[in-house]
Amino acid sequence: MKVTLRIKRFNPEKDSQPWWGEYLLEAEPTDRLLDALNHVKWYLDGTLTYRRSCAHGICGSDAMLINGANALACKVLLKNLGSTITVEPMRGFKVIKDLLVDMEAFFEKYRKVKPYFITQTPEPEKERLQSIKDRERFEDTTKCILCGACTTSCPSFWANEDYIGPAAIVNAHRFIFDSRDEGREERLNILGAADGVWRCRTIFNCVEACPRGINVTRAIGEVKKALLFRRF
Amino acid sequence: MVHKYDAVIVGAGGAGLMAALNLSPHGRVAVISKLYPTRSHTGTAQGGIGAALGNMEEDHWEWHMFDTVKGSDYLADQDAVEILCREAIETVYELEHWGLPFSRTAEGRIAQRPFGGHTKEYGKGPVRRSCYAADRTGHMILQTLYQQCIKNQVHFFDEYHLLDVLMADGRCAGAVALCLATGEIHTFHAKAVLDATGGCGRMFRVTSNAHALTGDGMAVALRAGVPLEDMEFFQFHPTGIYKMGILLSEAARGEGAVLRNRTGERFMERYAPTLLDLAPRDMVSRAMYREIREGRGIDGKNYLHLDLTHLGADVLDKKLPDVTEFVRTYLGIEPKKERVPVQPTAHYAMGGIPTDANGRVIVDEANTPVAGYYAAGEAACVSVHGANRLGTNSLVDILVYGRRGARHAASFIKENDWAPLPERADDRAREQVSRLMPANGKERVGAIRDALQDEMMEKAAVFRDAQTLRAMRETLQELRDRYARIKIEDRGTKYNTELLEAIELGNLLDLSEVLVESALGRQESRGAHWREDFPQRDDINWLKHTLAYKTANGIEFRFKPVTITRFQPMERKY
Repeated sequence: MKVTLRIKRFNPEKDSQPWWGEYLLEAEPTDRLLDALNHVKWYLDGTLTYRRSCAHGICGSDAMLINGANALACKVLLKNLGSTITVEPMRGFKVIKDLLVDMEAFFEKYRKVKPYFITQTPEPEKERLQSIKDRERFEDTTKCILCGACTTSCPSFWANEDYIGPAAIVNAHRFIFDSRDEGREERLNILGAADGVWRCRTIFNCVEACPRGINVTRAIGEVKKALLFRRF
Repeated sequence: MVHKYDAVIVGAGGAGLMAALNLSPHGRVAVISKLYPTRSHTGTAQGGIGAALGNMEEDHWEWHMFDTVKGSDYLADQDAVEILCREAIETVYELEHWGLPFSRTAEGRIAQRPFGGHTKEYGKGPVRRSCYAADRTGHMILQTLYQQCIKNQVHFFDEYHLLDVLMADGRCAGAVALCLATGEIHTFHAKAVLDATGGCGRMFRVTSNAHALTGDGMAVALRAGVPLEDMEFFQFHPTGIYKMGILLSEAARGEGAVLRNRTGERFMERYAPTLLDLAPRDMVSRAMYREIREGRGIDGKNYLHLDLTHLGADVLDKKLPDVTEFVRTYLGIEPKKERVPVQPTAHYAMGGIPTDANGRVIVDEANTPVAGYYAAGEAACVSVHGANRLGTNSLVDILVYGRRGARHAASFIKENDWAPLPERADDRAREQVSRLMPANGKERVGAIRDALQDEMMEKAAVFRDAQTLRAMRETLQELRDRYARIKIEDRGTKYNTELLEAIELGNLLDLSEVLVESALGRQESRGAHWREDFPQRDDINWLKHTLAYKTANGIEFRFKPVTITRFQPMERKY
C-alpha cells in the first residue's frame, strides 16, 4: 500500500517554527508505524528524529500523537491508520527535536511518589508470602512502562502542568495496594496534596491512551477512595 | 568535559542497575546509558528467572548446574556455572525483598514453571524452576531495580552513548561518551569501569533484539585491544513472530504449547523424545530449519506453527497475557483459536568481553585481568552459557554477575587511586565523531545495515559452512568499503540520531567480522554453532574457548581451556 506520513518537524538549531513534512512511501499494511518512520529516516530524510528501542510495545520509548491520539508507534499497524497519517510529538511536554520531547519533568513526578518498595518489617530468610488474591489486587498497575501516553493525553495536565498526572499515580497505586508494602501513608499524603489525585476529572483519556491496557482512571479512583476512607 | 568518579557503570539494564545498587554505597558512582534506564532490553524478557527454590517440587542447584553445563554443550566454565546456580537462589529472594511482584502459588510462595532444558535428577524430565511474574518477568526486574536505584539515589547520565574505554599502562582509566542531548563528548575519569551494555542482535535481519542492541561495549573493548570470547555462538530463539522476530516466550511451551509443521505433526517428537518442545533452544531452532528445508514449513514457506489453542483461556490470560497480546496486535490472530506463524529469531550472544568470576575483564588464556575494568551481562562472557544458553539463565547471569563485578569493584576503588588520565584521552572518540559528522558520500547508513542484516541471516545464522562464511567475509569487506563512503544529512549537535546510528553500524560491522572469523575458525558443531561441513562435536580439538583479537592484520586467535569440575562431557541427548 502507499501511505503518506505528515510529520510535525522542528529542529531547534534551524527552525523558528514547527513545520509539516510529507513523505510518500510504499509499505506493507502489517508494518508498524515505527517501521514507516524508520523507512523515512533510513531512506528519505536522515534528519528525522524520534526515540525508539524495543519496537514491540515494552520499552515505552516511542509514544507520540498519531492521527490525533496518543499511542506507541511500534504498536499500531499501518492498515489501521488510513492512507494519510499525521504524526506529532506528545502534547504538554517541551519539544526538543521533531517527535522527541523532554521527559525530565515527567520522571521528576514519577520519583516524587516514592515509586519503590517501603517496609520496616525485617525480611524473612526466604520470600515474603503473598496470596494469589493479594497479588492480583495491583496486577493492572504493575504493567506501566512510563511512556507518558496517559499523562500527555490528560486535559487536567494540559491545564495545569504541576498536576502530578496519571502515570505517577499509577505507579503509586502499584505500591499502595501491594499487601507487602508499608509506605501507604507517605504516598497518600503526597497524592492527597493540591497537585495530586483531586485534579483528575475522570475524563478517561488516559485509559484510551494507555498502550498497556491499564485502567488508569479506575486506579486513580481507588487512590481517591483510599484517601477518603483514611479521612473519615 | 571531564568528570571524575570512583566508578562508572555503562549500561542501565539488569546488569548495570544491579551493579549500581551494589557499588553506589561504596563511592561516587555514575551510571551512563544511551537509553532511559527503563527502556533497557532487560524489560522485554518474558518467561522467568531460573533458580532451584523448590517451591513446586523437589529441586537442587546441582541439578540446575548440570542442566546449564549440558545445555552449554559442555563449553561453559563449570566453576562459574556453580556460582551462577548457587547464587541464583538468594538473588531471587533479594528481588522479592525489594518488592518484585512475582506470581504466587496457592501457598503464597513464588510461582515456578518449566522451561527449556531445565530438568530434575540430571535429565529425567522437566522441572518447574523458572520463577515468573506472568510473562513480564524482565519488565518487573528492570522496574524493581530502577525503583531501588531511585531509593538509593544512584546518579544517572541518561542518553549518553559510549564511545571509548580508556586504558593506561594496562589499567582502565575511564570511559568516553557522547551526550546525545548536546552532542558534547564527555570524559569520565574513573578508577573502575563496569561495562553492561548488552547484546548485538541487530546484526541479523530477524531478531528479538531492540534497535539499540548494537554491541557498543563489546566493540569498544575490541578496539581497545581486549579480545572477544566465543563470538561464534549466537543463539536463535525458536519462536519469533514470523518476519518480525518479536519474541514469543518459551514460557508458552513451558505452559504446554507445541510446535507443528505443515502436516500438523508435533515434529519435536522426532528430535528430542524426552523433553520434546522443551529441548534447549539450539536444538529446537535447528529442528525447525530442518523441517523447513525438507519442505514441511507451513505452505512450504520458511515458518512453522506454534499451537496454543489447547491451553485454555485461563492460562493465556493469566500466565501468558503479553504473548497473547503480541499475537493479536502484530498478526491479527486469536491464539485461543488459531495457530501462530513463528520462525527462529536472533536472540542472544553467548560470547562477549571475557571476564573471570569476579567480573574482571581478562585479556588472555592465562586469565590476566585489566585492573579496574569489569563487564557483566550479555556484553560479557564469564562463560556460564558456553555454546548455548538455557532460557531463564540470562536473567540469572545479569544479576549474579552484575553483583559480583560490583562487589569486586567496590574493594578495588577503596584500595586504588585513579590511574592517570591519558593525555588527550578523548582523541580517539573525537576522531571517530569528526570523521562521521561531515560524511558526505553516497551511501546510506540504513541501506548498509539492511544489507548486513540480510546477508548475516543468510550466511552466518543457524547453519553455516566454510563456503557461506567465506562469502560473508567478502560481503563484510564490501560493506566496510561502503561504510567509508556514507553520508550524514543531519549536521546538528542536538540528538543527532543519524550520527548515533552510524556509530552503531560501525560497531555491528566490527562484531560481525569477529563472529564470522570465529565461526570459520571453529571446525566443529557445538551448541548454537552448527557447521554443515563439520557436523560433529570435536572435544579433542575444540573443547576450548575462542579469544579473538582485532589486529592490524585482521582478526587473530588464541584459545583458552574450559574449566571442568563436576560434569565430564557426554553426548547431548534430550
